[in-house]
Amino acid sequence: MENSVIFALQNIVVDFDGEPVLTGLSLDIHDKEFVTLLGPSGCGKTTTLRVIGGFVEPKSGNVFFAGKDITRLPPYQRQVNTVFQKYALFPHLNVYENVAFGLRLQKLPEKEIRARSLEMLELVGLKGYERRNTAALSGGQQQRVAIARALVNHPRVLLLDEPLGALDLKLRKEMQIELKRIQQSLDITFIYVTHDQEEALTMSDTVVVMNKGAIQQIGSPQDIYNEPNNAFVADFIGESNILDGVMLRDFLVEFAGQEFACVDAGFSEREIVQVVVRPEDIRVVPAIQGQLTGIVENVIFKGVHYEMHVRQAGTEWIIHSTQASQVGELIGMAIGPDEIHIMHRSNG
Amino acid sequence: MTPMKKKTVWAASPYLVWMTAFIAAPLAIVLYFAFTDKAGRFTLANITGLGAYTTVFARSIVLAAAATAICLVLAFPVSYLLSRLRPANQRMMQMLLMLPMWMNFLLRTYAWMSLLEMNGIINRFLGLFGVGPLHLINTSGAVVLGMVYNYLPYMILPLYTIMVKIDSSVIEAAQDLGANAFRVLTRVLIPLSMPGITTGITMVFVPSISTFIISRMLGGGSNLLIGDLIELQFLGNSYNYNLGSAMSVVLMAIVLLCMSFTTADTEEMEAMV
Amino acid sequence: MKRRRALSNACFVLIFSFLYLPIAVLIAFSFNESKSRSVWGGFSLKWYENLFHNEMVLKSFGVSLAVAFAAASVATVLGTLAAIGISRMSRRARGVVMAVSYVPVVNPEIITGVSLMLLFVVMRTGVNGAVSRLLGREAEPFGFGLGTLLIAHITFCLPYVIFNVGPKLRQLDPAIYDAALDLGCSPRQAFFKVVLPQLTPAILSAFLISLTYSIDDFIISYFTSGTVPTLPIAIYSMTKKRVSPEINALSAILFVGILAIILASNAVDSTRERRLRRAARREEGRG
Repeated sequence: MENSVIFALQNIVVDFDGEPVLTGLSLDIHDKEFVTLLGPSGCGKTTTLRVIGGFVEPKSGNVFFAGKDITRLPPYQRQVNTVFQKYALFPHLNVYENVAFGLRLQKLPEKEIRARSLEMLELVGLKGYERRNTAALSGGQQQRVAIARALVNHPRVLLLDEPLGALDLKLRKEMQIELKRIQQSLDITFIYVTHDQEEALTMSDTVVVMNKGAIQQIGSPQDIYNEPNNAFVADFIGESNILDGVMLRDFLVEFAGQEFACVDAGFSEREIVQVVVRPEDIRVVPAIQGQLTGIVENVIFKGVHYEMHVRQAGTEWIIHSTQASQVGELIGMAIGPDEIHIMHRSNG
Repeated sequence: MTPMKKKTVWAASPYLVWMTAFIAAPLAIVLYFAFTDKAGRFTLANITGLGAYTTVFARSIVLAAAATAICLVLAFPVSYLLSRLRPANQRMMQMLLMLPMWMNFLLRTYAWMSLLEMNGIINRFLGLFGVGPLHLINTSGAVVLGMVYNYLPYMILPLYTIMVKIDSSVIEAAQDLGANAFRVLTRVLIPLSMPGITTGITMVFVPSISTFIISRMLGGGSNLLIGDLIELQFLGNSYNYNLGSAMSVVLMAIVLLCMSFTTADTEEMEAMV
Repeated sequence: MKRRRALSNACFVLIFSFLYLPIAVLIAFSFNESKSRSVWGGFSLKWYENLFHNEMVLKSFGVSLAVAFAAASVATVLGTLAAIGISRMSRRARGVVMAVSYVPVVNPEIITGVSLMLLFVVMRTGVNGAVSRLLGREAEPFGFGLGTLLIAHITFCLPYVIFNVGPKLRQLDPAIYDAALDLGCSPRQAFFKVVLPQLTPAILSAFLISLTYSIDDFIISYFTSGTVPTLPIAIYSMTKKRVSPEINALSAILFVGILAIILASNAVDSTRERRLRRAARREEGRG
C-alpha cells in the first residue's frame, strides 16, 4: 500500500545560535501512515516535527505539503495539528472549551462545534468530562483532551511530540494501543516523535531513526530491527552485540576469531565490516558444540528471559536465553547464518 | 522562534521612554543640583556644607538603627510562633498582623500622638495611680516608638516567609542531637532565617531613616531627622534645592550602603516587592 | 506542650494589643461627644456628620480616587506591555532595565518625591519659558497640579506592575502559545485568547496594588501635587490642627471599609481554593 506523499522535506537545515540541529535532512512522509521519528535526545527529531508544524523556520531547504511549498507558511495556516509534549492545554478553559477552541476560530455554527467536540470527546473516552477544569484531570486524561483538541479540527496530519513521556508505564501501554486505534479509525497521517524504541516499533508503519541531525535509517519496524543500516541503529534499536569483522568473500565472514557462514553478499574482498548479532539470536549449547566458547560472568533474570554476560576471548557478549546457565560455567555459542547482519563500517 | 516573539520587544518602548524621563532623569537632576551652586557652577560646597548637620545625620542613623533592632527582637518570636501554627490559623493571623498596615501611616501616627500627649490617655491612666504626667511625646523615644509601630509588619512578613519553610523536623533533629533552646536558636533558627532577617532589616531601616512625618508628629521640633532637613530645603522655609539635593545624595548613599550589607542579590529584592 | 501553647498565645495577645490598641482608641474617640482626645464626654455621631460636610476631605477623597484609578490604569497598561517587551530582551538589556526599575522600589520615598519635584521645576522653567517666547507673552501651560501628581503616581506604580506581571510571564508555558497558533490563531489572536487570559490574575492584582499604593501615598504626593490635596495630604493638614476628632471618624470609616474588602477577598479566595482542592481529591479518588 504505497500512498501518495503528503509531506516532503528537502534538504532542511536548521541552526540554533550557530549550533547545527538539522544538517540537510530530506524525508518523504506518505499519506495515512503512522510515521515515527526515533532517536536519542538532541538528535533533531523534535525540531523536525516543529519544522513540519511551522514553529521553526529552516535556514535553508523546503517543506512541501501535498505538493505545495509551505516552507514560509505560519503554523496557523497549515492543515496539521499538534499534540504537545506536556499537552499545553489552556488552563483558563474547561475541557469542552479546550476542544472547541480550534472550531470557534473557524467561526463554525455553534451546533456543529458542539456536535464535533462531543463526538471527539467520546472518541477519546472523555464523555461527561466537558465542564471539568483541565488542572483537575489526571495525566492520562489531559493527554486525551490534547488529542481531542487537535483531532477535532480534522487535520490531514497529526503531529505528536513525545505525547506519552509523562505517563507511567501501564498507562503508556494503554495509550499506545489507543493511539493506534484512533489513527486507524480516522485514517489520517500521524507523525510521532519518541525516544522510546519499543514504542516506535509497536505503533509505527514506518520508523525514521535519527541521530545528530541526520536520518540514519527509514524502514518498517521489522526492517529497522532485523536489518539495521549501521552500528548506531543496531545499538539504538534493541540490544545488540556489535563486533568488527572481515568479509572474506560472499556469504563468509570472520569475526571473534572464527569464520561464520552468512547470507550477505556484495561486499568487496576482505572489506572491514561491522557485524550485528541480537542477544536472543545466540543459542547456548554445550561447550564442545559451540562455534565460540565463553565463560558466563553474570546472569540477570528479566522476567521473560535471562540476560547473560559472557566473556569470550577479548569480547563481552550479551545473550538472552530462557534458560539460565551458571555463573562461571563454560558454554558454547551457536549463531546461524540468518542471525548475522553485516553492515558497512559507519564513519561515526 | 516565531517572528512575532522578536517584534514584541517593542512593547516595552513606551515604558522605556517613561523610565528614562521619570526615573533616570530626576535622579540625574538631583545629582546635578547636588554638585552645583545657585548659578549652576560646579561646586562641592553643598556636600562639604553638610558637616554642619552631623548631629542630625547621626541622630537619624541611631534612631533608625534602634527602631530596626527593636523590630527584629519583637518580630523574631512572633514570626516563629506564627510559622508553627496550623496553616488555616497562620493565614488568619497573618491577615490580622497586616491589617493595620492598610491604614494610612499618618492616621497610625496620629493615633500615637493622642495616646502619648501630656494630657493623653496614657498619662491619664498613669494619673489614676498617682504617677506622672510623664513627658512622653516630643522625645526621641516617641519617634522610635512611631517607627516600630509603623514598620514592624515589614519585619514580620519576610521573617515569617522564610521561617515557614523551616521544617519542624530540623529543630527536632537539633534537639535530638543535644542542643538546648539557646543552641537551637543560635545554631539553627537564626542561621536558617538569615535571608529573612536581612530583608527585614532593609525594609525597616530604609523608611525609618528617611521619614520626616513620624519625627515631626511625635518628635516635636527638637528631634529633626534627615528627612525633615530635606523637606525643609524643598518645601520648608530653608528653600535650598542644591543643599537639599546634596542631602538626598548622602541619604541614598547611606541606604545603598545598608543594602549592600544586607541584600545579596536581585532575587531577594524581587521578593521584597 | 500546654505551657508552650499558653506562652505562644500570650505573645500573640501582646503583639496584637500593641498593633490594635491605638487604632481602637482612635476609633472609640470618633464617637466622643467632647472634643477631647482623652476624656470621654458621651456618645455622639457629630464628628461623622462634620466629616461629611467637610469640603476639603470630600474633595481630596475625590482627587485621590480619580488619581488612583487613572494612575493604576495607565501603569497597568504600560507596565504589562513593558513586562512583555522586557521578557523578550537580551539578558544584558533586561538587567539594565530591571535595575533602573528597582530604583523607585528601593529608594526612600522622599527621594523619589524630591527628584520628581526637581524634574517638574526644571520642566516648568523650560516649558513655560519656551512657550512664552513662542507666544511673545508670559504663559504658564505647565505647573504643579493634577498632571504632575498623575505622572508621579504612574511612576511609582509602574515597577510594581512589572514585578507582578513579569514573573507570571516567565512561568507561562511557551508551548501554550504554540498550541494556539497550531489550532489556527494568528499571533494577535493567540495573545488575546490565550496569553492574556492567563496573565489576567497577575494584571488584576497589579492594578489593585497600584490602586492601594496610590490612594495610600502621602510623601511623593506631598512633593509633587502643588496645591491639589489628596486625601492623605488633607489628613496631614488636619493633624497639624492638633485637635480635630473628624480624623478619628475618618479613621473608623477607612478601617471598617478596608476590613470589609479584605474579609470579602479572603472569603472569595478560600472558597475558590476549597473548590479546587475538592475537585483534585475527587480525581485522585478515581485514580
